[in-house]
Amino acid sequence: MSVQTVPNPQEVGGPIPQNEVNALEQPEAVRDERFYYASQTELVWWRFKKHKIAMVASVILILLYLSAIFANFVAPYSTDARWEGRQQEPPTTIHFYRPGVGITGPFIYPVSRKVDPKTFQFKFIPDTSKPIPIQFFAHGESYKFLGLIESDIHLFGTGLGNEPVHLFGTDDLGRDLFSRTFFGAQVSLSIGLVGVLVSFLIGVSLGGLSGYLGGIVDEVIQRMIDFLLSIPTLPIWMALSAALPRNWSVIQTYFAITMILSVIGWAGLARVVRGKLLQLREEDYALAAQAAGASKWRIITRHLLPGFTSHLIVSITVSIPGVILGETALSFIGLGMQPPAVSWGTLLQDAQNIVAVAEQQWLMIPALFVIATVLLFNFVGDGLRDAADPYSR
Amino acid sequence: MLAYIARRIVTLIPILLLISLVSFLVIQLPPGDWVTRQINTLKLSGIQVDEGEAMRLTKMYGLDKPISERYLTWMKGILFDGNFGWSFQWNQNVNTLLAARIPLTMAISIAALLLSWLISIPIGIYSATHQYSTWDYIFTFIGFIGLATPGFLVALILAWVIFATTGFSPLGLNSSQYLDAPASWGKFIDLLKHLILPLFIISLSSTGVTIRVMRANLLDELKKQYVITARAKGLSELGLLIKYPVRMAINPIISTVGWVLPGLVSGEVLVSIVLGIQTTGPLLLRATLEQDMYLASSIVMILSTLTVIGTLISDILLAALDPRIRYGGTAK
Repeated sequence: MSVQTVPNPQEVGGPIPQNEVNALEQPEAVRDERFYYASQTELVWWRFKKHKIAMVASVILILLYLSAIFANFVAPYSTDARWEGRQQEPPTTIHFYRPGVGITGPFIYPVSRKVDPKTFQFKFIPDTSKPIPIQFFAHGESYKFLGLIESDIHLFGTGLGNEPVHLFGTDDLGRDLFSRTFFGAQVSLSIGLVGVLVSFLIGVSLGGLSGYLGGIVDEVIQRMIDFLLSIPTLPIWMALSAALPRNWSVIQTYFAITMILSVIGWAGLARVVRGKLLQLREEDYALAAQAAGASKWRIITRHLLPGFTSHLIVSITVSIPGVILGETALSFIGLGMQPPAVSWGTLLQDAQNIVAVAEQQWLMIPALFVIATVLLFNFVGDGLRDAADPYSR
Repeated sequence: MLAYIARRIVTLIPILLLISLVSFLVIQLPPGDWVTRQINTLKLSGIQVDEGEAMRLTKMYGLDKPISERYLTWMKGILFDGNFGWSFQWNQNVNTLLAARIPLTMAISIAALLLSWLISIPIGIYSATHQYSTWDYIFTFIGFIGLATPGFLVALILAWVIFATTGFSPLGLNSSQYLDAPASWGKFIDLLKHLILPLFIISLSSTGVTIRVMRANLLDELKKQYVITARAKGLSELGLLIKYPVRMAINPIISTVGWVLPGLVSGEVLVSIVLGIQTTGPLLLRATLEQDMYLASSIVMILSTLTVIGTLISDILLAALDPRIRYGGTAK
C-alpha cells in the first residue's frame, strides 16, 4: 500500500479535536468530507488548538501586547511621576480583610517613611486606622487614549493624588515601577516585532534567491550569511550602539537599535530558508513540477514554500525573543535605550549590582516580564511547529 | 577530504578580511576620537587645554591620518609584527592587555559548549522517543527556561542567592585572599569554584537550543520509512535508535556549532560584565565607551576570528562524519 498518495483520514485526521468535528453526532462521511475539504490553514488551526500550552501562551501574549498598547490606561501613573518621600518603597500590599470589619473589597493602608536609626535604611510603616479602597476605573492623571481621546480613567487607582498605590514598589527616585514596567513594555515588546519583520524581509528574500538560483548569487549571499552568523553579535552590537549619538531622540535611538539588531539578525532566517530549499529542490515532486514545465517562481511558491512554512514560522517566533533579549541586554549595560526612555532593559539598569538586588528585590520584576515574554513566544513557536508540520502524527 | 579542507580554508580568507575591516570601521563610527573625548572631559572639569597640545596628541597617536591609512598601518602591524596596536586608555600595548583575557574567554566559551552537549543530547533523545510524555513536557519546559532566561539576569540573581545563603562571593575569578597570591592548589580550587556559576549560566541558552534541535531532528528522522523498515526487520529498539536516527540527528547538532559558538562568546562577554570576571567583556565595554579604538577593534576582531575558526573545525568534523558533504554537496 502506498502511504503517501492516499492518506487514510482515520490515521491522518487523528489530531482533529473531537469537539471541532463532533464525531459522535456526525456520520462518518460528513467527518471525512470536512477533513478533505479543509484548507491547510484550517488543518493547522485544528492541530494548534490541541496544543493547550501554546493556546494559553498566545492568549497571555495577546493580553501583554494589549496592555502595552493601552499602557496609559493600565498604568495608574505616568512614567515620570515622582513621589517625594516614597523612594525605594517596597510593593504596596493589597488587603482584602480588615480586623473587626471582615472581608471587604481590595484596599491599602497609607504608609509613612521612617529611617531606621541603626541601619539607615528606609522603613515604611502602614497606618491601619485609615484604609483606602482601591477603585477600578479610577480617575487620575489625564492622558490621550491611543493619542486621540482625552481621558483620565485608569484601570485601577486610589483616586487620591497623595496616597498612591505602588503594586511593584518604587525606584530610587520614587517613581511607580508598575507603571514604568507597562510603559517599558511598549518599547521592549514592539522592538521584537519590528526587528523580526525587518530581519524576515531581508532573510527570506536573500535566502530564497540564494537557495534557488545557486551559482554566483548563492556564493555571494552565502559568504554574507557565513560572515554574519560566524561572528559573535554582542561585541558588534556594543560597538555599533556605542556609536549612537547620546543626544538623539527616543524615536531615533529606538529605530537605530532596531536596525542594529536586525541587520545582523536576518542571516539566521536566510540560512534556514536556503538550507531547506536546497533539500526540497531535490525532492521528486519538485523535479516533477520542473518536468511539467512550471516556472521557477511557481515551483518556489507553490511547491517548495509550503514544505518549509513550519520551519519558517518556528524560526520567526523563536527570533522575536532574541531581539527582545538583545534590546534588554544592550540597555542593561547602558548602550541601548537611554533614560528617560523607558524599556525593560533601562529599568533593569537599577538592578545592576548585588547590593541593590539584596535590598530592593522588586527592582528585578521587569526581568520576570522579559523571561515570561520570551518563554511565551517559545511555547507558541513550539505549538506552531507541531501544528504546521504536515507529517506530525 | 583534503580538497574539502583546502576549499574551506580558501573561503575563510575573504571572511577574515571582512571581519578585520568591519571590526575596525565599527569602532571608528562615532564622531570624534579618544583625544577629543579626553579633552572634552578635561574641559568639563574646568581645565583649559590649549589647541597646540591637542594637535600634538592627535599627531602623536596618528589620529590625524585618514581612516584607510590607519587601517592599513594597523593591519600591517598585526600581520607582520603580531602587534595589535596601543591602548590609549591603559597606556599599554594591546597584546599584553589581551594575552591572558582572550584565552580565558575562549576557554570558558568552549567549556560551556561541551557542558551543554553533555546535558542536552541525552535529554533530546529521550524527549523525542517519548514524545508528549510527562518527562518530555518537563524537559521541554526546562529547555525553554534555559533558552528564555537572559543569562545576565540569571547571573545577577544567582550571584545574590549564593552570596546570601553561603556567604561565598562568586564575583570575579579569585577570592580576595588569592588575588595576588602565587599559583597554588588552593588558588586553583578557588578559581574552579568561581568558574562553575558563569559556565552554568553561559551554557544555559545553548543547552536549551540543543535540546530543541535534537528533539526536532530526531522526531523528523523517526518518521522516516527506513526506521519502519528496520523495525520490521526485527532490530531492537535501542540498537536501531543509536545506529541510524540518532546518528542522522546528531549531524545537524555539529553544524549548529557555527551559530551556537558565537552566541556562547556573546554570552560570555555579557555575563563576565555582570559578574566582573576579568575576561574580554568588561574590557570591551569600557573600550567602546571610551573610544579606545585599537583595543576595542582588536577584541572584536580576535573574538570573531577565533569563532570563525571554531566553526571551520566543526565543519571539517561534519564532513568527516557525513560523506555527502565531503563529496561536494554544498557548492555545485
